[in-house]
Amino acid sequence: MWEVIKMDHSETVLKARQFMERVMEQMMLVNKFEEQVFALFAQGKVHGTTHLGIGEEATGVGSVFALEEQDYIFATHRGHGQVISKGAPIKNVMAEILAKQAGANHGRGGSMHIADVGVNALCIDGVLGQNCPIACGVGLSFKMKKQDDRIVAVFFGDGSMNQGAVHEAMNLAAVWSLPVLFICVNNTYGMSTPLHKVAADTDLTKRGYPFGIRSVQVDGNDVLSVYQTVREAREYIIKEGKPAFVVENTYRTSGHSKSDANQYRTKEEIAEWKAKSPIVRFRKVMLENGFTEAEADAIDERTTKAIEEAAAYAESCPEAAATPEQIEAEAYA
Amino acid sequence: MREITYAEAVREAMSEEMRRDETVFFMGEDIGVYNGAFGVSKGMIQEFGEERVRETPISETGFMGAGVGAAMMGMRPIVELMFSDFMAVCYDQIINEAAKQRFMLGGAVKVPMVIRTASGGGTGAAAQHSQSLEQMYCHVPGLKVVIPSTPYDAKGLLKSAIRDDNCVIFLEQKLLYRTKGMVPDEDYTIPLGKADVKREGHDLSIITYGRTVQMSLAVADRLAKEGHEIEVVDIRTLSPLDKNAIIASVKKTGKAVVVHEAVEFGGFGGEIVSTIADSEAFYRLDAPIKRVGALFSPIPFNPILEKMVLPGEERIEKAVRGII
Ligand SMILES: Cc1ncc(C[n+]2csc(CCOP(=O)(O)OP(=O)(O)O)c2C)c(N)n1
Ligand SMILES: [Mg+2]
Repeated sequence: MWEVIKMDHSETVLKARQFMERVMEQMMLVNKFEEQVFALFAQGKVHGTTHLGIGEEATGVGSVFALEEQDYIFATHRGHGQVISKGAPIKNVMAEILAKQAGANHGRGGSMHIADVGVNALCIDGVLGQNCPIACGVGLSFKMKKQDDRIVAVFFGDGSMNQGAVHEAMNLAAVWSLPVLFICVNNTYGMSTPLHKVAADTDLTKRGYPFGIRSVQVDGNDVLSVYQTVREAREYIIKEGKPAFVVENTYRTSGHSKSDANQYRTKEEIAEWKAKSPIVRFRKVMLENGFTEAEADAIDERTTKAIEEAAAYAESCPEAAATPEQIEAEAYA
Repeated sequence: MREITYAEAVREAMSEEMRRDETVFFMGEDIGVYNGAFGVSKGMIQEFGEERVRETPISETGFMGAGVGAAMMGMRPIVELMFSDFMAVCYDQIINEAAKQRFMLGGAVKVPMVIRTASGGGTGAAAQHSQSLEQMYCHVPGLKVVIPSTPYDAKGLLKSAIRDDNCVIFLEQKLLYRTKGMVPDEDYTIPLGKADVKREGHDLSIITYGRTVQMSLAVADRLAKEGHEIEVVDIRTLSPLDKNAIIASVKKTGKAVVVHEAVEFGGFGGEIVSTIADSEAFYRLDAPIKRVGALFSPIPFNPILEKMVLPGEERIEKAVRGII
């Protein structure tokens, strides 16, 4: 039940050249998306706050790529990459972050609550951990409607792991046999707090054991391992009709949010992880598997262009708008 | 028409809606063979089975959240929270999740969910099982809040709540569960957001809801013998509030007493008073508006003290006599 997944990189997955290219493209898209948001922030164009997932690209991309279209996800407050990978158009996500009416949520949610219901990507993760019980309800609806071809994956962080709601949800999913995949993105810190300071046992997979939930962990900077692990977990959930838990160990090289002065970690530590970034690592894998430098660079160029276009589009969109009467009516169906 | 109890009215509303619409299901603690803490769900698990009468762990956050998620996917959960005081345990799921999903997702989802819960004191259950916390929900855009005072209202309003596409907090009055009243044999609903004049009069308006409706009617009957015609307006739905009905009544009578069981300070009565003060009814007032609610105290266990803290007919009558 408790095992570290080791990928055999020579097998099936690596043979799929197109797949590798798609994975790299998506990780770069996510990375450049975050860098673009950071740049817009620096120019004072992003209202409120934003949580970037630079360094964690493999978790969102690898996990979401392992899901099917009909599956649902609950993204986190650091969820741009998760939602984009589920298929949300980047221009709408960018417009949302810039508080525009054309945004994925019409400028009502913003960066922290990025979601796109059209691609089954939900997320209101302003209050950490609380999405887990809601995901159980989504899973329950699948079960009651006999939609047994789908699961719901709920993301949360290592810090959020300590919420009671997460544990209540795990118990509920287990006792009701719900098709819920719990994914803990363990990026080593919750804001400034390292995991060991808030968890007596830092092996978070053990949190799934008392509920009888199949729990595994994976190197979250190895995108193919993440993909494979989540794929297996999904298959298990569909086949057994039971929840599963995956811990993806990674590192956030960007700050927690805009206000982060990085007082809780050293420059050396950040540099070390930058060198181990999932994109750096996967580029190596690609080159070892027949891709040329030029091919890898081409992915870089076209994703840069896509992001620039999305940002230009988002900036050109009109602000979100409503009359007082309209806004008062919006919370109700 | 037949006479049934308030608890039976609630059960009939749930069962009939579950027969009518298979997306409706019922969740809560010990709602199966135990019939729920107040016996409301008697016979339901036998009729609908464990899938649709879904007994939960004692995890209010967990199952409240499951209600939110299921509702977002097009189911219509009725979630029973055993005592309304326990809302504090799952406050986030109600306030930050159920009430916010639609707005924050830019209108892309609905949360058609009913949270049924037993509210109020007078049962000797002390300070953690006796509160009236409705005003804490009324302050939150995205929620609707309903408190029925009769079996007829309970059934008709609950059916509307189940059919409503929003999260409705349905606060049942523990001490009314066994009270009886006439309800039609056929299917009927009562629209949310509509007050009901439970007794007409032109000398003074008592604006109230929930258990204090019955007390107010008793006081009105007594004073009628002295020639005072008191109007009793049962607002039934606190959010959205039928402001027109309140204003119309006070315009007619020129005097208002606002009554509820909840703590008077910071209570929903303040909203009713300002509805009057902020309207044309203000110019028709012949006396200050009076409020009657619970003392600013946790509910004591001792029965004499509990009675002292909660509003009763005596205090309502005193307030009415003070301005009539
Ligand atoms: C209930 C709750 N407590 C605190 C916060 C403030 N907060 C936002 S993000 C964060 C850190 C979360 O850490 P983790 O779950 O590890 O996710 P990460 O930010 O590392 O992705 C905190 C404390 C919050 N949003 N909600
Ligand atoms: Mg973290």
